[in-house]
Amino acid sequence: MNVTIALITLRSMLSRRRALLLFLLPAVLLSLAAALNITDNTEPGTAAGVLQQFALATLLPLLALIAGTGVIGPEIDDGQIMYILTKPIGRHVVVLTKLVVAIALVVAFAVVPTLVAGLLLRGTATGLAQGFTVGVLAAGVAYTAVFVALAVASRSAVTIGLLYALVWESLLAQFAPGARSVSIQQWGLSIADAITSSSAVEATVRTPVAVLLLAAVTVAGTALAVMRLRTLSVASAE
Amino acid sequence: MTTGTIHDIGYRHYQGRRLGRSYLLRSLYVHNLRSAWGLGRPARAKVMPALLAAIVLLPAVGSVAAVALAGEADALIRYSAYPTYLQPVISIFVATQAPVLASRELRFRVIPLYFSRPVLSLDFVLAKLAAMTTALVLLMATPITVLYVGGLVNKVPDAGAHLRDFSLALVGVLLFAVVLASIGLVVAAFTPRRGFGVAAVIAVFMLSWVFVQIVQGIATARTQFDLAGWLGLLTPFTLVDAVQVRLLGAERAGGAVPPGALGGLVALLVCAGVVALSIAMLHRRFRRGADL
Repeated sequence: MNVTIALITLRSMLSRRRALLLFLLPAVLLSLAAALNITDNTEPGTAAGVLQQFALATLLPLLALIAGTGVIGPEIDDGQIMYILTKPIGRHVVVLTKLVVAIALVVAFAVVPTLVAGLLLRGTATGLAQGFTVGVLAAGVAYTAVFVALAVASRSAVTIGLLYALVWESLLAQFAPGARSVSIQQWGLSIADAITSSSAVEATVRTPVAVLLLAAVTVAGTALAVMRLRTLSVASAE
Repeated sequence: MTTGTIHDIGYRHYQGRRLGRSYLLRSLYVHNLRSAWGLGRPARAKVMPALLAAIVLLPAVGSVAAVALAGEADALIRYSAYPTYLQPVISIFVATQAPVLASRELRFRVIPLYFSRPVLSLDFVLAKLAAMTTALVLLMATPITVLYVGGLVNKVPDAGAHLRDFSLALVGVLLFAVVLASIGLVVAAFTPRRGFGVAAVIAVFMLSWVFVQIVQGIATARTQFDLAGWLGLLTPFTLVDAVQVRLLGAERAGGAVPPGALGGLVALLVCAGVVALSIAMLHRRFRRGADL
């Protein structure tokens, strides 16, 4: 961890329009949850649907994508990363710092809103809010590690990330059940399922497997990012 | 006291033909259309649009193959529903390519170079919108045409109805394209930083879609079908689908749509409003980008 890099990254992520996007996404989830709370639409099925479809399957991948690629992608693109890489700081320190900042952003803008939305919808009943909070946190860490690695490895990281999150995990999983077992979203859902006693949540992957896979993906993503950053060649911007 | 004199030092004046506004407009349109597909840009920029177009085409080819092999005409995907079924991929295409058209010149602050030539700022914006619309029409009309031609080749019954559905679906595709292009370009023009534009555009499409799906689900569960239908106007794909269902006689593809011909008319008006508003916003944005 390098505090200076962390602060610079955080400042660039939270400046002006970018921050607006980060605030707007969870704001939609929170206002939806608040509206459902006021209009008394808080059946277990509805609450689980909102948390699963909105928080876990849409908000989380988008936010992890923005945070994960945003902490390092633009800097590599415009060559500013050189100012960090030419300092006597280990590449693994750079990657870990960026990863920690991205995870902190995901926690602030996806995990905490999920908890609040869950509490608004169901309170602490059947552990639904807690389950999804832990599930979103675990999946968020894995997503962020994968997207940071993508951002270091490829210039079209955002598009590849979107293809994975929207086409593979959402579109394909509807038609091909096999795609569901290789999906960070489903692993996160499996953890949520293990914690909550609500029957409205049903996962296809067994929880120990899910935990193991999430940890493996996180470690592999981080390691890949470090390796790619060691041999990074900076070309000119598009 | 001496007065200055201006000497003619022999610069040649341009005496050729002036090509005029329509030439300018056409040049800008062609340039933007090419760059939307990555033509005239490095090979790296061609990969993504080509890959996404291939993914969009895949189900159509698969569907035609199913008709050819199994001989079941029902296996043909409905033309009008195709864009809604492929919504995530089409959204990603808009998200990755709209910033190419709307963000790059703003990011590199080269707008003044355009407007120091006789280019009207409105023409500049219209050319971009028309180019993005055409790119999207190409993306969506190709698989639908493959479906139709595949159906013809395999001699599916009721050719007249197929021709009617196909041509109405093409009208729908045009409407899809112009609405998606408008929204995509506006969002991209207001988030010029690389990567963020893509995320912002996709966020608008996907969040509004999931939001509407959830709220419509609740409204339907409470048997408020009209309310559920009107809520469909809040997300682009269902908005255009409403016009298709209510005015073009298509079957519903995604979420609920507003009732009656009135619902279709209102949806069409909303589409027109979205397009007009985004032209105005883009115009303002690029005029401001022209200030140094």
